[in-house]
Amino acid sequence: MSRYVSYRDFDWLLLIFVLMICGLGVMEIHSATEHTKFAGAHIKQLYWVGAGLAGMFLFSLLNYQAMLDKVHWVYIAAIASLMSVMIFGQKYLGARRWIKMPGGQHFQPSEWVKLILILAVAKYFADMHQRELTWTDFIKAGAIVGVPMLMVLAQPDLGTALTYMPIAIMGLFLGGLRAKQALIVLLLAGLMMPLAWHKLKPYQKDRLVSFVEPEADKQGSGYQVIQSLIAVGSGGLWGGTGTQTHLSYLPVPQTDFIFAAFAEEHGFIGALGVLLLYFIVLMRLTQNAQTAPDRAGTFVVMGVVAVLSFHVLVNVGMVVGFMPVTGIPLPLMSYGGSSVLFMFLALGMVMNVRMRRFVN
Amino acid sequence: MFGRDEKISSIRLTAVQYIILVIFMILAYGLWRLQVMQNDVYAQLAEKNRIRNVPILAPRGKILDREGRTIVENYPSFSALLLRDSTRDLNADADTIAQGLHLDPKEVHERIRKFTSMPQYQPIFLKDDITQDELAFIESHKNELPELDTIMAHRRLYPRSGFMAHLIGYVGEVTEDMLNQPQFELYNPGDVVGISGVEKQYNQILMGKNGSRRALVNSRGREVGRLDETPAVPGRQIRLTVDVDLQIAAEEAMAGKNGAIVAMDPRNGEILAMASRPTFNPNDFSVRISRDEWNRLVNDPDKPLLNKAIQAQLAPGSTFKILMSFAGWQEGIAQTLHVHCNGGGTFYGRRFGCWVKTGHGAVELEKAIYQSCDVFFYTLAEKLGIDRIAKYATALGLGQKTGIDLPNEASGVMPSEEWKIRNFKQKWFAGETISVGIGQGAVATTPVQLMRAIAAISMGGRLVVPHVLNPTELPPGYVETKRYTEVKSIPIDPNGWTFITDAMGRVLLPEGTAPSAHIPGIDIAGKTGSAQIVSLALRAKHANNEDFAQNGWFVGFTPRRNPEIIVAVLFEGGEHGKLAARLATQVIKAYVDKQRRLPTKIAGGAGKAEIGALWNAPSDEGNRDGLGFGHFLVEVPKTTLPLAAAAPGMN
Repeated sequence: MSRYVSYRDFDWLLLIFVLMICGLGVMEIHSATEHTKFAGAHIKQLYWVGAGLAGMFLFSLLNYQAMLDKVHWVYIAAIASLMSVMIFGQKYLGARRWIKMPGGQHFQPSEWVKLILILAVAKYFADMHQRELTWTDFIKAGAIVGVPMLMVLAQPDLGTALTYMPIAIMGLFLGGLRAKQALIVLLLAGLMMPLAWHKLKPYQKDRLVSFVEPEADKQGSGYQVIQSLIAVGSGGLWGGTGTQTHLSYLPVPQTDFIFAAFAEEHGFIGALGVLLLYFIVLMRLTQNAQTAPDRAGTFVVMGVVAVLSFHVLVNVGMVVGFMPVTGIPLPLMSYGGSSVLFMFLALGMVMNVRMRRFVN
Repeated sequence: MFGRDEKISSIRLTAVQYIILVIFMILAYGLWRLQVMQNDVYAQLAEKNRIRNVPILAPRGKILDREGRTIVENYPSFSALLLRDSTRDLNADADTIAQGLHLDPKEVHERIRKFTSMPQYQPIFLKDDITQDELAFIESHKNELPELDTIMAHRRLYPRSGFMAHLIGYVGEVTEDMLNQPQFELYNPGDVVGISGVEKQYNQILMGKNGSRRALVNSRGREVGRLDETPAVPGRQIRLTVDVDLQIAAEEAMAGKNGAIVAMDPRNGEILAMASRPTFNPNDFSVRISRDEWNRLVNDPDKPLLNKAIQAQLAPGSTFKILMSFAGWQEGIAQTLHVHCNGGGTFYGRRFGCWVKTGHGAVELEKAIYQSCDVFFYTLAEKLGIDRIAKYATALGLGQKTGIDLPNEASGVMPSEEWKIRNFKQKWFAGETISVGIGQGAVATTPVQLMRAIAAISMGGRLVVPHVLNPTELPPGYVETKRYTEVKSIPIDPNGWTFITDAMGRVLLPEGTAPSAHIPGIDIAGKTGSAQIVSLALRAKHANNEDFAQNGWFVGFTPRRNPEIIVAVLFEGGEHGKLAARLATQVIKAYVDKQRRLPTKIAGGAGKAEIGALWNAPSDEGNRDGLGFGHFLVEVPKTTLPLAAAAPGMN
């Protein structure tokens, strides 16, 4: 098979745009963490990007079709890893999300599960044999995503759990979801809302309340929202000195709020530029999905599109005040190993699909 | 039938692309809205975030005595606080910090716990007014404990043990009620203003004007830079008319007693000393008075917060006989009046006793004064009638405020027929006049008021306004509310006042009422008094002790002609005027000794002086007065200096 696989078909253009985003991220991490206890984080981020690149190339060599054939085993392994977090996980800030690795590193399985879910959903819909989605398919596909989602929710990590949802939605949409089905599901979800509200933790409720009404608790949970809005707003058209970031009014400027920090320092023009880069990447990915050799390939790539666009929507939406604070990082820019590695491995799968577009 | 190779509907893929486009356009609109449309608002908010106006507190002016010796000083007081920098685990450091600041570790942990829900920029206040070694601890641990910080404020340092506390008063934060008054309209909440005494009276001069500094602060409230600064205008110092040497004598005389002493220069009204007992420690107010301490002061039946020299309104007793003599002389009755005292007399059908039960025998005015015969003055009062008594007493300022430059002076009461109708809607009973004749009944004076009236008699009718600050010391442009230099001339027959003061000169002689107060070589003229009316609280306290049922009074001056100092003493529960006289003569002796250039208490050649706020090292009883600062040592030259320079500590 390797006869047909060539790095000529590797999407170098996509990689260039992705690396541009990473570069801006590293730059902003450097600027935001200078003179803080996180100083030097941008170097670590560079290592992560390097590791991510290596992983990406490695992943692109595997045959995704072979991977899809074994995906049920990987899926079981994913569920097992989430299980082990619930049992052996490190409790930190009130949530069990991490497993301590022998090297002293912390590993957050919920990120990798995302990758496996993309494959699992792709496999399910690729094997589906009718054009229109039945309720049975709907429930089965929903369960594939729903089970690990509930397990992550129990950690509790609402943010990551939510990022599983677009994978299912994208699969269902491309798999032939009918308008009537969509309406019924939306209606049901709407009815479930009050029940879900009761299930939320107090801090999660606070976040939602402060999203709707940030002035209600200016120094408490509304603080992050207000400081983020001030940071972005004070950036103006061309950006400024970034006092919100540098005097640490902006919380966690190197991770969840990195876009706010960037927008403060580089203004509307800079922030728009970043959005444009993400848009190009997403369009390029969709294009790759269209040229995929088979249904499964399209589903894999579109799964990545779903996750990436959801992340951008929720993170940037949060920064500009359209979305509540959920603790979801901005992929490729935010500091953090798990997030960077996930993105690059996901891109590896995309490359994998693209490099096999002329197979068969 | 379609399998793995069936392509997905490209309409749906295109739809996804459009959805993404819409999402990005919405996000771009969000950015545009914040960064371009509302940029002004957020730029301002960012500025408000990072720029803090830090007030620079103006130090209050010092308060000096008449010779320029410091009575009230400021000292830099440091408060320890914790900045809640997230890079430090405060709880891990808490034990070290508690040890260094001499705090209970549990309390520190508790304080940190309480602040966990508070915003980060709010520092945790650990301890006010830290001592020098605690400050050294913070300075030396700057690197290990970067979260530990201090702020400095000038605090008032008052003399200890309540020395001169009532006259000086104390400062405190301006209250909401005060801010609503027009004279405080320029003040801000949190400003420290005078609450009583001189501190209140001359607050405008002493206070100065706060400056401010615009500082760049980070989210933890730590200053990271300065933008600009408006310096503070320090308050002006004021020089009182009080002489610390005499003040010490007055304070020592009153030690352990209740009442007040006030000394004045009768020629110009300058207050030389003023002490009230019991006293309080104004330093308790300068930091932050505890509720318990405040309640104790307010509920104490002996009223430690009351400046009795100007606020106690009590029957003057026999000292009032001087005013009676003056009234009687001016009316031409007293000089010719001769009575026989057999221990009492009957007036308007009621018997009034003389304090000497066996009687004084034949009595004329002179003997009536130095022997304080009640029957003589009953008779004189009967002949004068209340309105003539009131006329002369009122002319000398009784029943009115003296106008002294201290807040909340009491006016006292000088009864008359008209007064009785106005206040009680009742006719005056002639029998009441008899009691007034010996300073009992409705008549009530403050020590300063009584002193001023008798000073006027001793000065041949020169009625001065007592004051603690010379108007010449006031800064130009200071708006005075009263004129302290205003001197009224009361018409007095020169034969009358010389006769009366000569008689007063015999009071401290063996034939007088207070021979035990006599000091050889000093010609003191005075009048004792013992008033039956005591404050209800004192009566309750000493219910079993008949001796304490009366207040002792004494008003005395020296020299007899052209007096230079007049002293009034109220000795609450002091039973007899002669005991009050002994207290007064101590102050007079201090004055005379000083005039004769004898070493004073301060210039005693001890090497180190402790006057006013110039404190020595911690006192022997281990009481550090809670202060690590302000223990000033002043070298005192051993040689006796000429009077003009006999002011140790004078800069």
